[in-house]
Amino acid sequence: MKTELSPRARVALYGLLCVLAIPFVFPTWWMVTSSVKPISDIFAFPPELIPSRFDWSTYSEVFRLQPFAQQYWNSCYIALIVTVGTMAVSSLAGYAFARIKFPGANLIFMVVLLGLLIPSEVTIVPLFQMFLKWGLVNTHWPLILVPIFGAPSVFATFVMRQFFIALPVELEEAARVDGLSRFGIFWQIALPLAKPALAAVAIFTFLHSWNLYLEPIVFLTTPGNFTLPQALTQYVDAYQGPMWNIQLAAATLTALPVLVVFIFAQRQFIEGLAHTGLKG
Amino acid sequence: MTLAAPPTADRSRKRPFWTMERRDSVAGYLFIAPQLIGIILFVLIPLGLVVWYSLHEWNVLAGTFRFVGDANYQKLAADPALPEVLTATAIFSAGLVVFNLTLALLLAILVNQKLRGITVFRTIFFSPVVVSLVAWTIVWSFLLQANGGINGLLQVIGIEGPNWLRSPPTAMLSVIVVQVFKNVGLNMVLFLAALQGVPRELYEAARVDGASRWTQFHSITVPLISPTILLTTIITIVGSLQVFAQIAVLTQGGPGMSTTVLVYYLYQQAFQFHRFGYGATISILLFVIVAVLTFAQWQMRKRIVFYEN
Repeated sequence: MKTELSPRARVALYGLLCVLAIPFVFPTWWMVTSSVKPISDIFAFPPELIPSRFDWSTYSEVFRLQPFAQQYWNSCYIALIVTVGTMAVSSLAGYAFARIKFPGANLIFMVVLLGLLIPSEVTIVPLFQMFLKWGLVNTHWPLILVPIFGAPSVFATFVMRQFFIALPVELEEAARVDGLSRFGIFWQIALPLAKPALAAVAIFTFLHSWNLYLEPIVFLTTPGNFTLPQALTQYVDAYQGPMWNIQLAAATLTALPVLVVFIFAQRQFIEGLAHTGLKG
Repeated sequence: MTLAAPPTADRSRKRPFWTMERRDSVAGYLFIAPQLIGIILFVLIPLGLVVWYSLHEWNVLAGTFRFVGDANYQKLAADPALPEVLTATAIFSAGLVVFNLTLALLLAILVNQKLRGITVFRTIFFSPVVVSLVAWTIVWSFLLQANGGINGLLQVIGIEGPNWLRSPPTAMLSVIVVQVFKNVGLNMVLFLAALQGVPRELYEAARVDGASRWTQFHSITVPLISPTILLTTIITIVGSLQVFAQIAVLTQGGPGMSTTVLVYYLYQQAFQFHRFGYGATISILLFVIVAVLTFAQWQMRKRIVFYEN
């Protein structure tokens, strides 16, 4: 339906796009601007789209009320380990399912695919009991081990398998004649070609870990261990009412860095995710 | 794989134990071992345990764990909250799928137009996908307060807005809308890729035949992107059954039980009331619903999608 549009249609289209953009842009704008307003102004009428007075103390409050730097670090290092670990586990398994013939491969693949069918919420009760028995509740281990090896990594394995299946096999056969081992072929030939798929796996794994909420509130109990999503909801007053401007400041600190990275790398984000979505 | 053992001179004399096939098999098992062990440990065993727990009355606070057979299932079937929970779940999922897919397709068609600066809009519509889910939800919670930003803006143009999160219909609507704007960008780019895969000659031929834009849309575009429509429907429905953070932050399942979806009910029963046996029974119900939906969609895939590549 790509036809040259008349000038009038063009203006109408821009107008429509701008109106539709409001619910996507306004919340972020409102989050950032409200986080620097004095508490008396955040519910002011009429709403102040641009703050008239600034109060930066909300940001120091964020760090005073909770060990926010520690919580920030928790989220970052967990997401990084989960991302790298998932890339390793899923590319190895995806490669084997796509390329190596071994007895029982199809059956094992079906078993692994079960992970796609079982949302992690279904198994949260026994997982909690298992980690309780191992003495790992209120540690970060459940948030690291389950995503890397359990159900959340199955989608990544599936994406990697689809990618390796589509790679021409001739390259690898030449390498075999030269005497390269399986791992050598995987590491030196297949994996470097799989960068687009790996990038997509990295992006959605990072976002998944960064956004995790149910698991942290089930497994973690002390503020020093909290991850960001969990920490954000803890800025409440004595009556459990949210301290809005502080919550919004913490939310800004959580959301903005990822948003900035996205804006600079939006092509990789969007095409990577579209690619995996189509293949998956 | 067609290559046999390495071409050595003594091959005919003695066939080595470590043939290429054997070494390959070992490599294959080693490659999949981390994933397979993970699935056994973190999916299959927990799934077995869920079934086992569901047959027990288990209250951590009271320290009880005893076999009760199907008592939990009978209790669930008779649970007066269950119809409400299932209704809330169904309304949420249906509302989300319809609203999300319609908007996603509309946005995809718009950003597929030849316009200067269109990638800016594509970036804007996609951006909430990368915003932290809880941060996004907190902002909307703030906006949807009785004296919050949305009602403030409505009042400027003379409309008295409702207390969005405190009355049942608007609370459910709010939860759906917040979720749609968060993730619609993902479905938009899937639709966009599908739209760009439709051969342009088809539209040109249709235009020569005098077909209107609407006719082109429903007799060329829709059939050709039907695999993507099905895919996004599956992703969106299964995702909708897992919604938790939004409910926990926006409404805590209220007012009343109007936004208590199945996962939230499961969380309440197991981790707030410490009824692990009953929580496990709810988990089984969730599993059955997801499995039935997935199976139904696979069947549909065979029947109604014509243009699978």
